[in-house]
Amino acid sequence: MSDFQPILTKHVGQPGSATLDYYLIHEGYQAARQAILELTSDAVIQVVKDSGLQGRGGAGFPTGMKWSFIPRDSRKPKYLINNADESEPGTFKDRLLINHNPHQVIEGMIIASKAIDCHLAFIYIRGEFVKEARLLETALEECRANQILGTGIFGSDFDLDILVHRGAGAYICGEETGLIESLEGKRGWPRIKPPFPAIEGYLQCPTVVNNVETLANLPHIILNGADWFRNIGASHDSPGPKLYCVSGHVKKPGVYEAPSGTELTELIYDLAGGIKDDRRLKAVIPGGSSSPVLTASEIDGLKMDFPSVKAAGSMLGSAGIMVLDETTDMVQACYNLARFYAHESCGQCTPCREGTTWLTKILHRFTHGQGRREDLDLILEVTDNIGGLIDFSMGSYGKTICPFGEAVAWPVRAFVEKFRDEFMEYLVEDVVT
Amino acid sequence: MSFAFTPERKSRFKELIKRYPDKRSVALPALHLAQEQEGYLARETIEALARMLGLAPAALMDTVSFYTMFTTRPQGKYLLQVCQTLACSLAGADQVVDHLSQRNEIKVGETTPDGKFTLLKVECLGSCGTAPVVQINDDYYERLTLDKVDRILDKLT
Repeated sequence: MSDFQPILTKHVGQPGSATLDYYLIHEGYQAARQAILELTSDAVIQVVKDSGLQGRGGAGFPTGMKWSFIPRDSRKPKYLINNADESEPGTFKDRLLINHNPHQVIEGMIIASKAIDCHLAFIYIRGEFVKEARLLETALEECRANQILGTGIFGSDFDLDILVHRGAGAYICGEETGLIESLEGKRGWPRIKPPFPAIEGYLQCPTVVNNVETLANLPHIILNGADWFRNIGASHDSPGPKLYCVSGHVKKPGVYEAPSGTELTELIYDLAGGIKDDRRLKAVIPGGSSSPVLTASEIDGLKMDFPSVKAAGSMLGSAGIMVLDETTDMVQACYNLARFYAHESCGQCTPCREGTTWLTKILHRFTHGQGRREDLDLILEVTDNIGGLIDFSMGSYGKTICPFGEAVAWPVRAFVEKFRDEFMEYLVEDVVT
Repeated sequence: MSFAFTPERKSRFKELIKRYPDKRSVALPALHLAQEQEGYLARETIEALARMLGLAPAALMDTVSFYTMFTTRPQGKYLLQVCQTLACSLAGADQVVDHLSQRNEIKVGETTPDGKFTLLKVECLGSCGTAPVVQINDDYYERLTLDKVDRILDKLT
């Protein structure tokens, strides 16, 4: 870690870093040029497969493999969608990449478009990011004016344009099929899979949805090679530079770039400066609000990469690390998240729509001095009905069309199971009848 | 009251129709454009947009009703949206809401009688590292303190 130099955030804070001129002086678009002019689609897919890059949006799916599911012989147009919805609580890394270096993200999109033979790509950005959407529009205009986008880019016979598409306030549109429905102008209701987007995505055409940070890695992989990437970080199975978002009770909240597999304690105590006011750590939500909370004793030695956090019974997810100190009221925190999920449930599947509302009602009762002893088991029962047990061994979980069910069931369950004592303190005295 | 885009927005709408591979996909951009112009999406606006997009009005209404950023009622000149999700909550979002509520003498969900401010609590704005956060119209204001909130509001005329 000590000799690690930032890769994705190298230019953050430099004056003019968002402009094309700045980017071109700093090796900008060399990788895209190389991919378009010198590499075949297969070669691009192969180097990304070999690099071991896993999607940075939350699921950690191997990027090269995702691309390889696109049917080559299909005569339909293929679409690439850059998922910039960034809606998982605790996550704020993609906004930083867009604000400080939008061209790095666009370059990644050109490389991905070459890989899947896409000629019209989209950046689906959450509606609230108005400034970021404008900044991307400006960057895209710069590209169109310089033959980096448009007809015959870099003097090749490859055409590509990219459109910025703003969402309108819906967490579920970060889920790739909800996003696709939203892009089609509908409510963001996730689709039943299969068919997967690679076969039938946007307008029933083969579609790849990649996260902003995933795409930002691509120029570096093309320029430096798969081996270089594989050797960054603690594990060859989950390599690369990683953006960690640290929020909550730390002295210096922010986005920190570190090698994949950096220890959570190092991120919290060294990079983020330790616990605010030097209080004691109580718990950490390691990968965005959907990841099961870990107690202070569970994080010792925990490496922040996909397999390690999974082995610890949680998820790296979007690497949104929320730090909770000893003053945190875990019942209130649990209620806060349950309320978030109740608000954001898309309403399509009954277990999720009804379950999230019931969880919120029960937890509201708790936080207002009306908790009942049997409520604790009731909460667990409701989470079981929405998303089932925390069991990563199952390929396809749960009882809902999309993973939202697990995204609420698992964290709520972990709060209740790991901090049962705190919930008990909220109970009204048993009435003797 | 009938709805029509201003000439500049009309040309932007036509440009969008040209660029997207199908018309319905222009629904969200068109709704944003219309709301930006009108301040909210009246029934007539939605019906007019539906005609332009070749959709049944109910189909577009279905879309409108799903998204929290679309509003079918007029709002204040400044929409104060305080994030209330966990990181902001831990950093004192409730005090920010209370302060805005007292200062403007409105409850959450209400608009001041002069039509200047509407106060809302919203879910995660994706800015947890700079909590607490309020979004006022298009802009984020981060690392709020109550003093800072006052200074920001004093500047809004």
